[in-house]
Amino acid sequence: MIDLYGISYGIGKWFMGIIAAILDFFGQWIQPFQGLADWLMRWETLNVLAITIQVVIVFLFVSIINLFIIMWIERKMYARLHTRRGIMLPLPFRKVQKGTGFLQNLADGMKLIQKENITPKNADKWMYHIAPAIIATTSILVFVAIPLSETFVVANLEGGLIFVFAILAIAPFAVLVGGWASNNKFTLIGGMRGAAQMLSYEIPLILAAVGVILLAGSLNLVDIVIAQQQTIWFGIPLILGLLVFLVAIVAEVERLPFDIPEAEAELVEGWATEYGGMRFGLIFVAKWVRTYAGAALITILFLGGWSGPILPGEIWFIIKSYIVFIIIVWTTWSLPRTRMDQVLEIGWKRLLPAALISIAIAAALKWVGWF
Amino acid sequence: MTDIWINMGPQHPMTHGLFNLRVRVDGEIIVDANPLLGYLHRGVEKLCERRDYTQIIPLMDRLCYVSSLTWSHAYCLAAEELMEIEIPERAKYLRVIALELQRIASHLMWLAAFGPDVGMFTAFLYAMREREYILDMLQMMSGARMNQNYPRIGGVRNDVPPEFTDKCLKVMDYFDGKRKQYERLFDDSAIFLMRTQGVGYLSKEDAMDLGVTGQTLRGSNVPIDMRTHDPYEVYDQLDWEVQVEKDGDCYSRYKVRMNEMWESTKIIRGALKKMPKGPVRVKPPKRPKGEAFRRTEDARGEALIYIVGQGETSPYRVKVRSPVFANLRAAPVILKGNTYADLLAIMGSIDVCIGETDK
Repeated sequence: MIDLYGISYGIGKWFMGIIAAILDFFGQWIQPFQGLADWLMRWETLNVLAITIQVVIVFLFVSIINLFIIMWIERKMYARLHTRRGIMLPLPFRKVQKGTGFLQNLADGMKLIQKENITPKNADKWMYHIAPAIIATTSILVFVAIPLSETFVVANLEGGLIFVFAILAIAPFAVLVGGWASNNKFTLIGGMRGAAQMLSYEIPLILAAVGVILLAGSLNLVDIVIAQQQTIWFGIPLILGLLVFLVAIVAEVERLPFDIPEAEAELVEGWATEYGGMRFGLIFVAKWVRTYAGAALITILFLGGWSGPILPGEIWFIIKSYIVFIIIVWTTWSLPRTRMDQVLEIGWKRLLPAALISIAIAAALKWVGWF
Repeated sequence: MTDIWINMGPQHPMTHGLFNLRVRVDGEIIVDANPLLGYLHRGVEKLCERRDYTQIIPLMDRLCYVSSLTWSHAYCLAAEELMEIEIPERAKYLRVIALELQRIASHLMWLAAFGPDVGMFTAFLYAMREREYILDMLQMMSGARMNQNYPRIGGVRNDVPPEFTDKCLKVMDYFDGKRKQYERLFDDSAIFLMRTQGVGYLSKEDAMDLGVTGQTLRGSNVPIDMRTHDPYEVYDQLDWEVQVEKDGDCYSRYKVRMNEMWESTKIIRGALKKMPKGPVRVKPPKRPKGEAFRRTEDARGEALIYIVGQGETSPYRVKVRSPVFANLRAAPVILKGNTYADLLAIMGSIDVCIGETDK
């Protein structure tokens, strides 16, 4: 287990120690520097610094390392489903056209950054520019509350699950705002569809998690995993809840069977039609980050989180979440798109009763005293 | 909510070709639709009046790049009728094989477009993978993968190489083997059935009143196929059946096309078996006089070519009647009352090809 806070505190203390020593040295002649050095080495200062470093580490993990890996997995995975090889960009300065293509996404990102930032003439400029920012920030913010292990977590919140659901639910509003502000018929329809779709999956999503809360007796994500370590993975008794959660999370991140707000066939690119350059890149990347957040949530709630033999907890967590991610990718690329009314039908007629049954099963198990 | 007009096209992922489908939507429900043509008008009919009879064949190939062979063949049939010549038996069989290969290639291209229309991009690459082998066969016959320029007035341009029969049978075996994969990808997918069954209904009466042809007509339970209705070449001597579906929705049209592909493999097998030896071309007269028309079953429906000759080297008038033009005319009727998302499934199931529609 990696103690994220401990490491961050250590890095901060080491760094601050160097600065404090230098300040102390000059403090021989300039008196106030000694006071500044003392202030830098106090616990309160170091704590703030440690939390900042924690956030930076998680941000680096989520948005740089992890993001590139999942983008690569997805692109390679669906290329194989299409019976083709997928991205094969070699390392820079190599002429041979073979390779894993791991850096292709980096090249794509570089291209997007170089593009001009075009704002439509009649768009609401503030709203138009703020929508991708909301989506990108909220998508990464989810990972503040998601623990990779007992100690590898930025904020071990008491109501962690509620925080995660609340943050995930912000993005559909940004879809509506972005779609409306672009001032285009396609984006308007896309944004409205985004708002309507939220009605269909949000309730089954939360209800599917209620069974887990009942069994674990806590909203804290760390406590939920510890409860699974003491008994069994909740995915086994609550298999129904797991399936409902999986379907609802795919709808939540607007992936293919449910990517109705950006149905590229009829709505060009849906609510994101008018976005270009890195703004489009942000929207696209945020979708991947949210998908991974969904996979991580499923891992924590139903698949025992970081519990597993031999390997360290963080590695187990990443392996499990990648497997869930691959399952999501697999379903995404082998199913056609549903229709708006059909999504509502699936959400209210199929997922909602199934989620309620899952809660009943959880309550019954709790009542019998097995958990 | 107030209605809005949406211009789908001329540049839009939905339009497989250049045309503008104006759709009036009330929320998600389509109230009205209005297809506008004219973005791809090349004046093919006028161009024909300044060319020799033989020079028109490659021009007819360009009517529809997806199924070019059927068009040049339809023209050759009409020209042969005008010149009153009978083509050799072997040429007839070769034409049937080429036509059916072209039909499969065209239907696969349709499938490749229909998949992404309903949101399944995987279908695109699956269909393209199979199309490659079919195009290889066409290349073996004619030397070109697209715009083959293969039929001639009085036969076909050249005989096939001797190894063609074996290779073609091999490809047909491969293609038949893939049938299960397609059925598992489409027919077993509940979401695909949700998107196509009961969507875009066209009744038998409406279909006949609107002059709809081809798979759209056969999907509405009207068993009219020009290959049996007005037989040409050797279709009446081969063993195959006209594909008809009862429901008149997108799924029926999809099913008709899919079944036709498997039926085409049957025709090709039969033709390869029965094909006699002999010459493949006769010399046509240069300056025919009179008028003639022939209709054939194009990959999209009933294609009709009408030629008027005045004893010159070039025809006085060539009229092309495109099947998609009639089908596109029926689109507003089918679209009305459906949701905006279903527009894709409906327009995809009609199989629009603007090249031949706009001419």
